[in-house]
Amino acid sequence: MSSRDLILGRVRRALADVPRDDTPYQQAVQRDYLREHGGRSVAETVELLAENLADYRAIVHRCADEELPELLTRLLAGRGSQTVLVPPGLPPYWLKAVDAARVHDRATSTAHELDRVDSVVTACALAIAETGTIVLDGSPDQGRRRITLVPDHHICVVRVPEQVVSSVPQALELLDPTRPLTWISGPSATSDIELDRVEGVHGPRTLEVVLVTGSGG
Amino acid sequence: MSGTYLGMPAFPKAAHEAVHNTTLRGNLRHATHTIRAKRAAAVAEVSDWAALRDAGKQIKDHTLRHLDRYLVQLEEAVTAAGGTVHWAADADEANRIVTYLVKATGESEVVKVKSMATQEIGLNEALEAEGIHAYETDLAELIVQLGKDRPSHILVPAIHRNRGEIRDIFAREMGEWGRPAPEGLTDTPAELADAARLHLREKFLRAKVGVSGANFMVAETGTLVVVESEGNGRMCLTLPETLISVVGIEKIVPTWQDLEVFLQTLPRSSTAERMNPYTSTWTGTTAEDGPQTFHLVLIDNGRTDTLADEVGRQALRCIRCSACLNVCPVYERAGGHAYGSVYPGPIGAILSPQLRGTGSEIDASLPYASSLCGACYEVCPVAIDIPEVLVHLRERVVQGGPVTEQGNKVVLKPAKGHAAERAAMRAARWAFSHPGALRTGQRLASRTRRFHPRTLPGPGKAWSASRDLPALPAEPFRDWWQRTNGGRTNDGGTTGGGTTGRGSTGRGSTGGGTTGGRTTGSTNGGKDTGK
Ligand code: SF4
Repeated sequence: MSSRDLILGRVRRALADVPRDDTPYQQAVQRDYLREHGGRSVAETVELLAENLADYRAIVHRCADEELPELLTRLLAGRGSQTVLVPPGLPPYWLKAVDAARVHDRATSTAHELDRVDSVVTACALAIAETGTIVLDGSPDQGRRRITLVPDHHICVVRVPEQVVSSVPQALELLDPTRPLTWISGPSATSDIELDRVEGVHGPRTLEVVLVTGSGG
Repeated sequence: MSGTYLGMPAFPKAAHEAVHNTTLRGNLRHATHTIRAKRAAAVAEVSDWAALRDAGKQIKDHTLRHLDRYLVQLEEAVTAAGGTVHWAADADEANRIVTYLVKATGESEVVKVKSMATQEIGLNEALEAEGIHAYETDLAELIVQLGKDRPSHILVPAIHRNRGEIRDIFAREMGEWGRPAPEGLTDTPAELADAARLHLREKFLRAKVGVSGANFMVAETGTLVVVESEGNGRMCLTLPETLISVVGIEKIVPTWQDLEVFLQTLPRSSTAERMNPYTSTWTGTTAEDGPQTFHLVLIDNGRTDTLADEVGRQALRCIRCSACLNVCPVYERAGGHAYGSVYPGPIGAILSPQLRGTGSEIDASLPYASSLCGACYEVCPVAIDIPEVLVHLRERVVQGGPVTEQGNKVVLKPAKGHAAERAAMRAARWAFSHPGALRTGQRLASRTRRFHPRTLPGPGKAWSASRDLPALPAEPFRDWWQRTNGGRTNDGGTTGGGTTGRGSTGRGSTGGGTTGGRTTGSTNGGKDTGK
């Protein structure tokens, strides 16, 4: 007998007490928890996102769409970044004023090559206000998962308020499980040594989030 | 055999040694109290905690009751998404499968995400025996591995080590494994973390095979979920060409939507955060993004035997948040190593004897490693009634009776030398069938604390003779919860920076000390929780 059949057989014998007409899934789970916590206006939801991002040590910036190229240029120059990783679908005008050399997100790049890149700029799929989380789903304006992981500096642009949801339940409704998802709440962190929080062990040590309004493309 | 630490003494003896290690006790006390206070604040921030907890319990119970169906559904979904599913009845089989899969890649090194399932089966040792080096990449696991040590906590495995010890371990051992620690390494956490970053980055960038566990598997979609803080998980899940995930069969949830419950309760329960820094989900393979080969190894290793026990099966709901460890007065004194398994604390006391059977001395002693104060049940985000299972297992140890072992029904004989415990059992059983009496008893106990004996009478004597009785909490959690409405009334009992709850603008920052280098509030910085 295969181990598969062995295990499934054991499971079935173990569940001999469960009646055939056991309560179906839809009725077995009461979902009387909240879809979001507290009523907020759209502006308050964006404000909450900004506060929670900052609480988790992301650096938050705000600007209007037309100011974005100038802001991104300033942020990259401020870190002295010589090279910037660019996902294929990033709106070209975002980086039009940037001096840093573009490194394109290619399947053939090695991890060592990515490790030499100073910064990465991406969009996101959505952001969750209550938890201060940005979610990336690998769409063309976000690129492969590893490009937001290996470089030490990640700038993520969130279109507000369109891309902001209040809560985790609202986020899951909108996300596509067939895509690989990365949920990011602040920069990489550890508390393994005497519970002292240290930012950045393996992921980017600096996360900057730009909340951009009035974007039309 | 797997999972039992060889030569491990039974709980009373191990606890005896632990309580005499003052460094260990100091480290543990600091850690458990810190996490405990922050967690209470993080939980108080969400007003629907009780409803989330109920839903979590119901989802897991329903899944367990139909586990065969959901396992088959998961297998189909993972396969359709480009993954390969393997089934392992026990630890040896799981280790054989993983070893075979690694060898098939031609590699002799793997990078690992912290995973309790792989610790349970002793995977690192099994791989090592076949000439394959497994590198732990979680900072705490790295400390444990370099220190040739055992993890002592689900969430913060190196909680028993202080910064001076960690510095010494890094300076001494890193060179043996790869990039040595920098000259003149000090014991500041930032410098130690940086040394780990450099040491491990070298391994990540060249790794061809990653091994992980998973916090959740979604039957409907075939999606796996890993929750973590450092990014080492993301490194292992996305940089290698081959990913092998080793997961217990109980980690399933039926639907994608179910994650909305656990992604709210797990971070707050484990690291007291609104959300852990990184959550990764993947469904099979994705063209040109991440590993192009994905294997899922589903392990039983005692889980179906646990499932066969109608009282004990609830232990399989556990999402490994570790909240129960941090509130347990016995864990706080004894430390994780005393439990002799990868699952320490209250959950270990009920899970290990069920996964492994109560045949060994340590497993027979584990159901007694508790004061039955009930704090573990109160904090558990999936409402596992740990005291109920403890009493049930004590009864099994003392009186014997029918159990399932490796899928076969057998009748256990009463354990020798436990006759005296039968009387204690009867008393405990009465208390549990009379919940009112139990609650009164607990409250009385805490009010009459100074009259409590220093050692336990009867069967508990051997255990308590080697240690102080755990201090009873000044106020039972249950009372505190009722009095403070789950911490929402600000009575100072929640600490951690004065939780205010969400105000009308929806903002309810905890602590909020975000200006300086270190937060004082809810951001514990967190860790990946045990997969
Ligand atoms: S038993 Fe409950 S509290 Fe303990 S680790 Fe498991 S889920 Fe968390």
